[in-house]
Amino acid sequence: MGAIDPLVLLASLMVASTPILLAAIGEMVVEKAGVLNLGVEGMMITGAVCGFVIAVNTGSPTIGFVAAAAGGAGLSVLFALLTQYLLSNQVATGLALTLFGLGLSALIGQGYVGIKAPATGDLPIPLLADIPILGRILFQHDLMVYLSIALIAGVWATLKYTRFGLILRAVGENHDAAHALGYKVVHIRFLAILFGGACAGLGGAYISLIRVPQWTEGMTAGAGWIALAIVVFASWKPWRVLIGAYLFGGITVLQLNLQAAGLKIPVEYLSMSPYLITILVLVIISADRSRAALNAPASLGRSFHTSH
Amino acid sequence: MIRLEKRPEPSKAWSAAAPVLAVVATMIAGGLLFASLGQDPFVAIRTIFWDPIFGEFAFYYRGQLLVKAGPLILIAIGLSLGFRAGIWNIGAEGQYIVGAIVGAGAGLAFFPSESFLIFPFVILCGAIGGGLWALIPAILKTRFNTNEILVSLMLVYVAEAMLASVSSGLLRNPDGQGFPGSRNFRDFPAAHNDYIIESAGIHWGVLAAFGAVILAYVLLTRHILGFQVRLTGEAPRAARFAGVNPTRLVVFCLVTSGALAGLAGMFEVTGPAGQISIDFNSGYGFTAIIVAFLGRLHPIGILLAGLLMALTYIGGEAAQATLGLPGAAIQLLQGMLLFFLLAVDVFANFRIRFGTREAA
Amino acid sequence: MTDELLSIEGLTKAYPGVVANDTVSFTIGQGEVHALLGENGAGKSTLVKMIYGLVRPDAGKMRLRGESFEPNSPNAARQSGIAMVFQHFSLFEALDVAENVALGMENPPPQRELARRIREVSETYGLPLDPARLVGDLSAGERQRVEIIRCLLQDPKLLIMDEPTSVLTPQEVDILFETLRKLSSEGTAILYISHKLEEIRTLCDAATILRLGKVVGSCNPREKSARELAEMMVGTTLHTPDRTGRTMGEVALDVIGLSVKSSNPFGTSLRNIHLEVHQGEVLGIGGVAGNGQEDLLAAISGEVTTAPDAIKLRGQPVGHLGPNDRRKIGILAAPEDRLGHAAAPDMSLTENALMTGAIRQGLSSNGFLNWPASRKFADEIIKSFDVRTPGASHAARSLSGGNLQKFVIGREILQKPDVLVVNQPTWGVDASAAAAIRQALLDLAAAGAAIIVISQDLDELMEIADKFAALNEGRLTAPRPTKGLTIDQIGMMMGGAHDMEVAHVAD
Repeated sequence: MGAIDPLVLLASLMVASTPILLAAIGEMVVEKAGVLNLGVEGMMITGAVCGFVIAVNTGSPTIGFVAAAAGGAGLSVLFALLTQYLLSNQVATGLALTLFGLGLSALIGQGYVGIKAPATGDLPIPLLADIPILGRILFQHDLMVYLSIALIAGVWATLKYTRFGLILRAVGENHDAAHALGYKVVHIRFLAILFGGACAGLGGAYISLIRVPQWTEGMTAGAGWIALAIVVFASWKPWRVLIGAYLFGGITVLQLNLQAAGLKIPVEYLSMSPYLITILVLVIISADRSRAALNAPASLGRSFHTSH
Repeated sequence: MIRLEKRPEPSKAWSAAAPVLAVVATMIAGGLLFASLGQDPFVAIRTIFWDPIFGEFAFYYRGQLLVKAGPLILIAIGLSLGFRAGIWNIGAEGQYIVGAIVGAGAGLAFFPSESFLIFPFVILCGAIGGGLWALIPAILKTRFNTNEILVSLMLVYVAEAMLASVSSGLLRNPDGQGFPGSRNFRDFPAAHNDYIIESAGIHWGVLAAFGAVILAYVLLTRHILGFQVRLTGEAPRAARFAGVNPTRLVVFCLVTSGALAGLAGMFEVTGPAGQISIDFNSGYGFTAIIVAFLGRLHPIGILLAGLLMALTYIGGEAAQATLGLPGAAIQLLQGMLLFFLLAVDVFANFRIRFGTREAA
Repeated sequence: MTDELLSIEGLTKAYPGVVANDTVSFTIGQGEVHALLGENGAGKSTLVKMIYGLVRPDAGKMRLRGESFEPNSPNAARQSGIAMVFQHFSLFEALDVAENVALGMENPPPQRELARRIREVSETYGLPLDPARLVGDLSAGERQRVEIIRCLLQDPKLLIMDEPTSVLTPQEVDILFETLRKLSSEGTAILYISHKLEEIRTLCDAATILRLGKVVGSCNPREKSARELAEMMVGTTLHTPDRTGRTMGEVALDVIGLSVKSSNPFGTSLRNIHLEVHQGEVLGIGGVAGNGQEDLLAAISGEVTTAPDAIKLRGQPVGHLGPNDRRKIGILAAPEDRLGHAAAPDMSLTENALMTGAIRQGLSSNGFLNWPASRKFADEIIKSFDVRTPGASHAARSLSGGNLQKFVIGREILQKPDVLVVNQPTWGVDASAAAAIRQALLDLAAAGAAIIVISQDLDELMEIADKFAALNEGRLTAPRPTKGLTIDQIGMMMGGAHDMEVAHVAD
């Protein structure tokens, strides 16, 4: 246990949490609009490979992240077309997206196994980074960490204070009423799905470009599913998504450190712990039925079709 | 403008034609994909879909077809029951692994006994292992309202960690010079799932898959329980009104699908795979989801879809060997198939209208 | 008649298999209260959706103040001064009142300003409302106020109201009418859609009557009797149900202190309900929607189980039994929602017949289904209740509302129940089907069954019920004989005007 430095642990917590944070906030917006996209894992891994390939070829992680967002959003277009225009079942389509994304990413990434990604520099925030202890934990990270937090704040403010946010929530709450009032349910959902795809893509690229940083098949290892669980945990509230992701990141980092510290617990039990804890958290959150029903967008997962 | 209009009734003709159309569309899109990878699309498609059945080495491949299709069908039959009722078990891969571990473990405990009771016991334990693993999301869903999709999926990762643990620990072959992996079941005839007809690839697991198809067909068309499953999926409130106990139905669907997945894993590990090893599972639990949908959640459909999907596995391997086609391309092809199916599916319930559009 | 506001000339809209509106023409004057009268399926909804920009006509023209008017979206309609209060509210339960109002406005002011204006308008028109409350927590009457205020904030020239009184108590209706008269006197025209004739005679200056998509007449409703209006609307002479020849027997069903917590976070829980129904008796339960009707049906049908002694059949406790165990002993039910609750929309009529008939009709043995017998049962329902369908193999959703409702009610009646509870048996059903359903219920009672009819249609309850009780916020009033019951008494039983009585309309 002596080998674990709490400072490093806390600092790496933010890094470990960022991928699921990005994916979860995107999915939260999608669900707020009343759409359940179970393809987060597929979009993340596609983002991871797109970001990696482009970053390696251009030498620029920034362009890589842009490409990752585009890749994730591109895959989500498939989901949006199928569920919003062809009215396919959202659960089945989301699963298809994940299976498809895993195959696609493996195909794209076949020549890139074993290569190292170009480094993304840290961006210590002037002055704040010099604060003892806190500075090192909070303010000496790469740009994406700050961006992800800004994204949370942005989503929160948009949903709460803007007209677009209000319309988005209305569409997720009761799409028939929103349609009757003249809002374009399908368009709004399409945009939300694209946003969710882009966020998942960014989250995936964060894994392949910063956290690992290299490409291996299936490297997201369920992060997309955990992001989905975090949205439920957060009761569809942006700041709780942040808390959920950081809690989860903390557990992941802790178990990795415990593994490294050579604790007596077998490695396999440590590596299954994040998933078990996710299940536990889901149970605790959903056990209060009335609260869960109150917070979930009422039209979640239902197809919308205008009849006469 | 084009718009969709809901049919007064689901079209049976479209429902049946959709998988065929999806397969054709997948071949076209797949051909384009292979062309972009620098392959002759026609050769690639023929290698995957035609040669394994009718080509020069078909005698070898045909046997493989049932070996691959068996577990896919077995798992997909179980999944289809739940999917029909709106209960989404997507963790069949985990149940498959746990069934294999429990079944194999139960058998290996009696090594080197020669009792004929061992194999039936192994089968039973495989089903129980998978069933219990699926019982976890079932209980959490019914007691705590926890989402079964997420829980069953999380349990896949847990099962994989367990598999890693037992293959280098509990079940490791004591005579294996410390290499990970259990004893090979070929050396343990009493628990070995041997071929019944080797040339056709028929082993006990394949027979079990055929049995599951027949039982599921009878259940869904002739039995009140199957009717309740369908009713719950079509109209959950109507099902409640008709006296369906939702808790019992969730448990039934999840445990049945888990048990079938566990059986599939057990038959695989004691047969074709031969031993518990860290990577004996090859994603059947996930591919079976595609099989279930492609088969329209109908037992006969699943039988055909399982054979087709097995064909893409075998053809894919052949294409990998002869054309150097990347394995991931096959995975992509399978994903595409599901996409196209979901896309053409819309026409079963809607028809296309050209002309004036509603102001929306 | 005042100056012309909206004129409609030859509007036509066809859907596959049905012409919803066939060259419909009429005009609405400024400040006029104009009734659009017609049965379910007469084409009223399609017509107003065209005026509100939700549906585009295939042919025909509209003019607003003499200028061509072709709204291609509700936004465009709103900008031209058209506002609409929907029958099934276009509200969002998880959002607060101010947010709901903002969503129905073109350029809503900032929230604080909006909240101030909501209070202002609500005081002017006697419609008290707190802008910060969640809509999900409001009663049906209060929800309607949200819709009305949303419209009023935009100074509409034409206010469309689609069946506005179906969710109100009689006292609340009076208050609504006062608000509408005030609006009309200020120059706002009102297009009032209803099939309730007395209301139209009280409120409206002019009426256009639609039947099967066509205008079949227009009149000044004050100069016609309700009977005349009804015959114009339906096209034939109406058959009044025959309620003679019944004798009351023993108490069949006894509900003693039933309390059920609502499963819906915004739902109403049932509190300490007492009632008894005799053999051969029809008990009518009225009340505004959302006061616990669904849960009451569920508790009697067995979908929700309770303490055994809370419900007794002929003195035997049954509260703990599930739906099928209750069917065995003769308690049957027909829930309100035809598509998805009483019937499975995508399943065939045969399968739907099996759905509740399996036990009493012996359609399964040892769990195995007897399809030929199920088919025979379905055919029998179709024949006995004149269900119009090509055959029992067709999906439930392919039937019209009236025909499916006849099927659903017929399915239960043919099983010869001892106790039958139905919720909204004629909702959204055309007049002839409604009359047939009411008569079938009375015949069943005459044969000795105890019947509970839950309905929001007071006329219906007065027509067929022997006793009347009202559900109000999950509580049931003591049942009273319907004979001699006045509309005011009924209104008070239904909870009067809730908190509306404190308000007064400022003149």
